[in-house]
Amino acid sequence: MANPRGPILSGDQDVRDALLTKIRRTQATDKLDAKRRQAVQERLSNHPRNIVPKRSDGNVDHKVALFTKLMTAADATVEEVSMPSQIPRAVAEFLRAHNLPQRIRFGKDPALTGLAWDQTPSLEVSDGRARVSDETSMGRAFAAVAESGTLVMTSGQDNPTTLNFLPENHVVVVEANRIWGSYEDVWDEIRHHYGDTVMPRTVNLISGPSRTGDIEQRLELGAHGPKRLHIIILNSASKAGSPKE
Amino acid sequence: MESTSRKFSSNAREALGDSQLQRALSNVPSGFVNKRAKAAAALPEFEDLRDKGRDIKNHVLEHLDLYLEAYERRVIEAGGHVHWAASAADAQRIITEICQAHGAKTVTKGKSMISEEAGINAALERAGITPIETDLGEYIVQMRGETPSHLIAPAVHLNKDQIEADFRRVHDHLPKDRVLEEPASLVREAREVLRSKYLAADIGITGANFLIAETGTSVIVTNEGNGDLTQNLPKVHIALASIEKIVPTLEDASTLIRLLARSATGQEISTYTTFSTGPRRLGDLDGPNEYHVVLLDNGRSDMIGTEFQDMLRCIRCGACLNHCPVYQAVGGHAYGWVYSGPMGSVLTPSLIGVDEAGHLPNASTFCGRCEEVCPMRIPLPKMMRHWREREFEKHLTAKSIRSGLKVWNWFVARPELYHRVSGLAAKFIKARAGKRGRVSNLPFAGGWTKHRDLPSPQGKTFQAIWKERQKNG
Ligand code: SF4
Repeated sequence: MANPRGPILSGDQDVRDALLTKIRRTQATDKLDAKRRQAVQERLSNHPRNIVPKRSDGNVDHKVALFTKLMTAADATVEEVSMPSQIPRAVAEFLRAHNLPQRIRFGKDPALTGLAWDQTPSLEVSDGRARVSDETSMGRAFAAVAESGTLVMTSGQDNPTTLNFLPENHVVVVEANRIWGSYEDVWDEIRHHYGDTVMPRTVNLISGPSRTGDIEQRLELGAHGPKRLHIIILNSASKAGSPKE
Repeated sequence: MESTSRKFSSNAREALGDSQLQRALSNVPSGFVNKRAKAAAALPEFEDLRDKGRDIKNHVLEHLDLYLEAYERRVIEAGGHVHWAASAADAQRIITEICQAHGAKTVTKGKSMISEEAGINAALERAGITPIETDLGEYIVQMRGETPSHLIAPAVHLNKDQIEADFRRVHDHLPKDRVLEEPASLVREAREVLRSKYLAADIGITGANFLIAETGTSVIVTNEGNGDLTQNLPKVHIALASIEKIVPTLEDASTLIRLLARSATGQEISTYTTFSTGPRRLGDLDGPNEYHVVLLDNGRSDMIGTEFQDMLRCIRCGACLNHCPVYQAVGGHAYGWVYSGPMGSVLTPSLIGVDEAGHLPNASTFCGRCEEVCPMRIPLPKMMRHWREREFEKHLTAKSIRSGLKVWNWFVARPELYHRVSGLAAKFIKARAGKRGRVSNLPFAGGWTKHRDLPSPQGKTFQAIWKERQKNG
């Protein structure tokens, strides 16, 4: 790669320089420039929060409840379990309830591969990125946002991005203590995990199953992405999901 | 894209007489308008967020050169490529060259207004590459050889029986006797047909709602998930974005995201908001091997530092279209170019010239609703008046119209009077213009009088007539 700005093209360097010079001329005199640079530098490194809606302020119960309410309003289904060992059965039940084949694919996330899948022997599990033939995929959310009822999925071999979009049914596990109040809370988490100014290749905010209103503004689910989104909240404090032995 | 903005008034007259279009457009107010009002009311901070959104974009525009540089640096650090395009022709050339370098035969596309603006599809076709729009509305519009008639609802001008006929015509490999009446069956058919296209595509092209300088990230917002399949399945992802899409930080993007869906569709947030930073990483099982960003100016830098700079705050939510009585009545195509409604009336003359699009700023009743709902608090009516003044100064308007406009401008500069007397003003202009046979040059008077019997003897306002039309429709 001789040209650091692209292996294929050259010649747009001139366009770049001309454009930046032109903008600079309308906005700055030389004296102002140091000030402008400082303002930009500070904003980028301090990334101050603007206005964060108060609706998600509260304890875990409040956040779980708000997340659940908004996700449900956006046509997803949500259930709570109190122990990881309950997850395989919850998945099997979801598939049964919708007459789907007992087959599911997820990535290499140890939190998913390490679940007690031997408890549900009729449920076939496989790993890897999504295939066209997959009917149901599964993922673990990096986090969630209570404010708008939103899952936050990060790319990588643990949870390949295609699993979020290609199959028609999507099951996502999220831990209750990973449901944050706001988007800003999640950005701080991402900075903490990946480092300042570094983002995972893809961060997907998902707030319900795929939909379209393109035909006469009538809502239809499953336009290109999943038609069903089922969320399993792992909440050790949950009473709802006590073991059904 | 060729513009027919010069012919706004005849376009508008045609639109008013098109019963299919009128039926389709009747879905707009009950859908988007009510939902936006509900969503705004449900968030106590909404009005303050609008102020913040305006301030963020103003700050960006004042420091745009520096944020562009910072953004470029981060994209390169993440392994992506940044290309700079001054004009639509540059963008066409850059994108075509990337496609050719990969021997691309088909390209899937996420919804992108900037791609429409830059005529990317036509350029690809000229190079023997097949572009496939994947947003359902765009797919339908492309199938018909049309362009989108709304920022976020490209096929809002169509009824389902028209769409059914197109699907039967184009999807001729499917059984003729299949049932396709319901929107659900049309959505399913498009889903299945497009699945194979995503998988076969060599390159995926998307737009970007935001570019984040802090991290070198491009953001797309969709409800269908088509943009994600477009950018994740092919080997190469190209994001095409205009330079004013930059925001400083993830926090700033969050503020605008809170405004966007609420203003557009009344959702809390769109179903999918996707942040993309660079190509596939070590160990990744999917994602593109190459990630390119094409930054397009196409006239925007000329707006910076002028009275039209505020227009660059626009986040393309479509609220001003949805709330505009003129848009509701004539739809998007009458505006004759990519952008329609109040934002189109302001932006189009900036981008393609007042000679070409000087009529558009007349396509207004100056009711002020667009500014009331614009999440970025863009003073749209004021800017339309700026254009009218400029057009007036440039003597592009026929003499008879100019004297009519003078009176018109006097009224519209006085909103409190305007509502009471706009019926009268319309009558006056009609009388003046009518005598000289130049009615058609004044879309407001000309377009309406023929079809809507304006003004009535009592001098009804545009609003009153619109309401009546709603009732009767
Ligand atoms: S001008 Fe304002 S209301 Fe219109 S599309 Fe742009 S941001 Fe939305």
